[in-house]
Amino acid sequence: MASEKTNERVVITGMGIVCPLGHDIETMWQAVLAGKSGVDKTTIFDASTFPTTFSAEVKNYDVTRFTKNPQLHKDGNRGSRFAVGATVQACKQAGINVETNNPADGIDRRRMGIYLGAGEGAANHQAFFGAIAAGWNDQTNQMDWAKWTDVAAFEMRAMHELEQEANMPAAHLAMLTGARGPIRSCLTACAASTQSTGEAAMLIRRGDADIMIAGGAHSMIHPLGQTGFNRLTALSTRNDSPQTASRPFTASRDGFVLGEGSAIVILEGLSSAKKRGVKILAEIIGYGSSSDAFRVTDMHEEGRGAIAAMEAAIADAGISREDVDYVNAHGTSTAENDLIETKAIKAVFKERAKQVPVSSIKSMMGHLIGAAGAAELITCVLAIRDGVVPATINLNDPDPQLDLDYVPNVSRKMSVNIAMKESFGFGGQNNVIIIRKYAEN
Amino acid sequence: MGRTRVVITGIGAVSPLGLTAVKTWEGLCTGRCGIGRITAFEPAKFDCQIGGEVEQYKIQQYVPKAFRKMTKLMSRDIELAVIAADEAVRDSGLITKAIDEQKVNINPVRMAINVGAGLISCDPCELAPAVAKSITDGKFDIQKWGRDGLGLVTPLWLLKYLPNMLACHIGIIHDIQGPSNTITCAEVSGHLSIAEAAEVIARGSADIALAGGAEAKINPVLIMRQCLIKRTTSRHNGDPENACRPFDTEASGSVFGDGGGIVILENLETAQKRGAKIYAEYAGVGQSASINHPYEHIEPDGKGITIAIENAMAQAGITPKDIDLIIPHGTGIPQDDVAEAKGIEAAMGNEIKRIPVWPTKSMLSNTGAGSGGLDVVAALCAMRDGLIPAAKNCVKKAAGCNLNIATTAQKTKIRYALCCGYTYGGQTAAVVLRKFES
Repeated sequence: MASEKTNERVVITGMGIVCPLGHDIETMWQAVLAGKSGVDKTTIFDASTFPTTFSAEVKNYDVTRFTKNPQLHKDGNRGSRFAVGATVQACKQAGINVETNNPADGIDRRRMGIYLGAGEGAANHQAFFGAIAAGWNDQTNQMDWAKWTDVAAFEMRAMHELEQEANMPAAHLAMLTGARGPIRSCLTACAASTQSTGEAAMLIRRGDADIMIAGGAHSMIHPLGQTGFNRLTALSTRNDSPQTASRPFTASRDGFVLGEGSAIVILEGLSSAKKRGVKILAEIIGYGSSSDAFRVTDMHEEGRGAIAAMEAAIADAGISREDVDYVNAHGTSTAENDLIETKAIKAVFKERAKQVPVSSIKSMMGHLIGAAGAAELITCVLAIRDGVVPATINLNDPDPQLDLDYVPNVSRKMSVNIAMKESFGFGGQNNVIIIRKYAEN
Repeated sequence: MGRTRVVITGIGAVSPLGLTAVKTWEGLCTGRCGIGRITAFEPAKFDCQIGGEVEQYKIQQYVPKAFRKMTKLMSRDIELAVIAADEAVRDSGLITKAIDEQKVNINPVRMAINVGAGLISCDPCELAPAVAKSITDGKFDIQKWGRDGLGLVTPLWLLKYLPNMLACHIGIIHDIQGPSNTITCAEVSGHLSIAEAAEVIARGSADIALAGGAEAKINPVLIMRQCLIKRTTSRHNGDPENACRPFDTEASGSVFGDGGGIVILENLETAQKRGAKIYAEYAGVGQSASINHPYEHIEPDGKGITIAIENAMAQAGITPKDIDLIIPHGTGIPQDDVAEAKGIEAAMGNEIKRIPVWPTKSMLSNTGAGSGGLDVVAALCAMRDGLIPAAKNCVKKAAGCNLNIATTAQKTKIRYALCCGYTYGGQTAAVVLRKFES
């Protein structure tokens, strides 16, 4: 490639969120600091007979609050519509005009891109299951495709089908913002938006864009998504007490809680941010990615890939492990993740491991899957801003094998200069971002 | 620090023209068409009843013995990627754990993987026994599903359909522990995965990368989806080989199929040190978006494609004069073809009359996330052989299409090749490859 490495510094100049704890940054953050749970009975579809009957839903969300063109986004899947709201907030904070053909913000649209970790839209389950039911012959165990087709062609709606594709949230954001720079979307399971944000930062560092709208959007609270996770026995089944179901690092943890939402950060080259005179919220100083290459079903027992990603991020940041003040955990509340993540943190931080606060906001927000990493990264930025780290709630019965400082139950006032966000996905996807309080030098 | 040059040292493909890059290239050179009536399911009531199917294979032959159990967790998309990856690794001369565990010559943590994937649809027949238990008065009953149906779904069902499982299976089979990503930008996933893998090497995060994409579009749900959004042709159910007609005045829609293309990218220094054969150098990428409503089609002037190509040329440090081959997306969807042609023309200026444009989907079909990788593999073969095969089914160019379609085969030295693409939803991409000269 002819382009030279520019090593442009990458800063965050805007943030937006639509999640189970609120539809804007400050509402979400106050809920997190207060240790509120966003988990409740599932209402999006009738989950009353599923092994898990609860989830962390985005409630009462109204996309028309955020857009002048609701028609343009009305067919969008839940993730796309959440992403529109989160992006409008983030762009407003960063001084980026949206929904205009004549932006007055001085930003060259060809130098502004999008990188999302985004997932599928829900299938129309009456059409999807209905067509199968119509075509299947239980006696012969064969599908009558003519019958299947009759129902599918009648029940499936063209735009709803299109909106199930994973690249659609990015399509909506391009229409919203006019971004004509690098547009990518990835889906590395639960690590997707940490990956998209990290790779977006790399595009700016290389000089391929001045601004990247990065983050994630996802909702797997749909019948097939929940069926899949329930069959994997990955979800908590604590149906009698949804608010305490997401309980990372406890002895009684029994799985994660499905959440949904979108979290967007505006990443910007430092020179662009300075030129525009926009407020800098934090700096992204390191990114690391790795794969376990172990099993599709399990994490590597010793957290080989997780350790590699953390170490790569620390090396990329040019800091030492002693410099990390706070780790925002993947902390899913599954037996496997919390154990292996703890092992990996110990392997990386060595004798200092027990002194580094490690907390999981999934205890409150649930697991936003593709959108989780970016939502959690935002809380790292806020921890730096306000000098307070969020708690891991529901931590009443510690697992004796897990002995780090998980910031149990109550958020903690402390100065944070450098924070690490880690995300680990099914299949062994590991991504880690390190951010620092912005300083001129 | 000097810039890092990235070269391509291995190729693999699986397509309706064959189970290897070798067979696929042979098929392209002889003008074979891989499109026929769909046999995977009975398509009689679909508007479009044809597709590009891949011939029978035994997936167990492509994985080491110890991994054969894992093939049960592979959807067809994963299988296609695994097959193409196997060929690409062998072709590169790299020895991974899968090739020979005793003689591994890669450092697993310095190898990256980036495989573009589609949104995999499950097989309706697989869920059917569970659905059959969830019916009340002839309608699907979600409470019954939760109570009686769900438990009949195989426990690891979801893992077959997560898009990142293409990269995960390949990564496990070959022991690739470096940075791993799965780009899901529909029909430009393959282009972007190759570009990002090159960027990962260029920034020093890996020395070698396996990249490309694969997708199995021959699935009733996905074919129905493309029929409903009116991207398929319905006029050629009786003459499949004439169906996909990129840039032709008689074009009436695309034809979808199964396939994938995988390449091995490598830091030039690493490649030279081990004496690897070099297909070409990766020269740059450009990306943008088409901003159009309705967004299942691209904007009429193809501006997003123009920007992508301009950025790719800028990154490669070249002008249109340097380009000797363009492989366009060329789906055979009339308005998209014309928009793409206009987008390419705007980027190429007067050179548009000279540069041969060679669309491949008339033969390969539109393999979604597999198409970018397949086109890059085709471009690399063309550069290696100095041969642009004849385009198929473009008899009379559509009005507004001023491209120089390569309707006859031509022997020519290709200095730079450009592969470009777009997708429903609007993402656009262009990748530039340079003939390798040390």
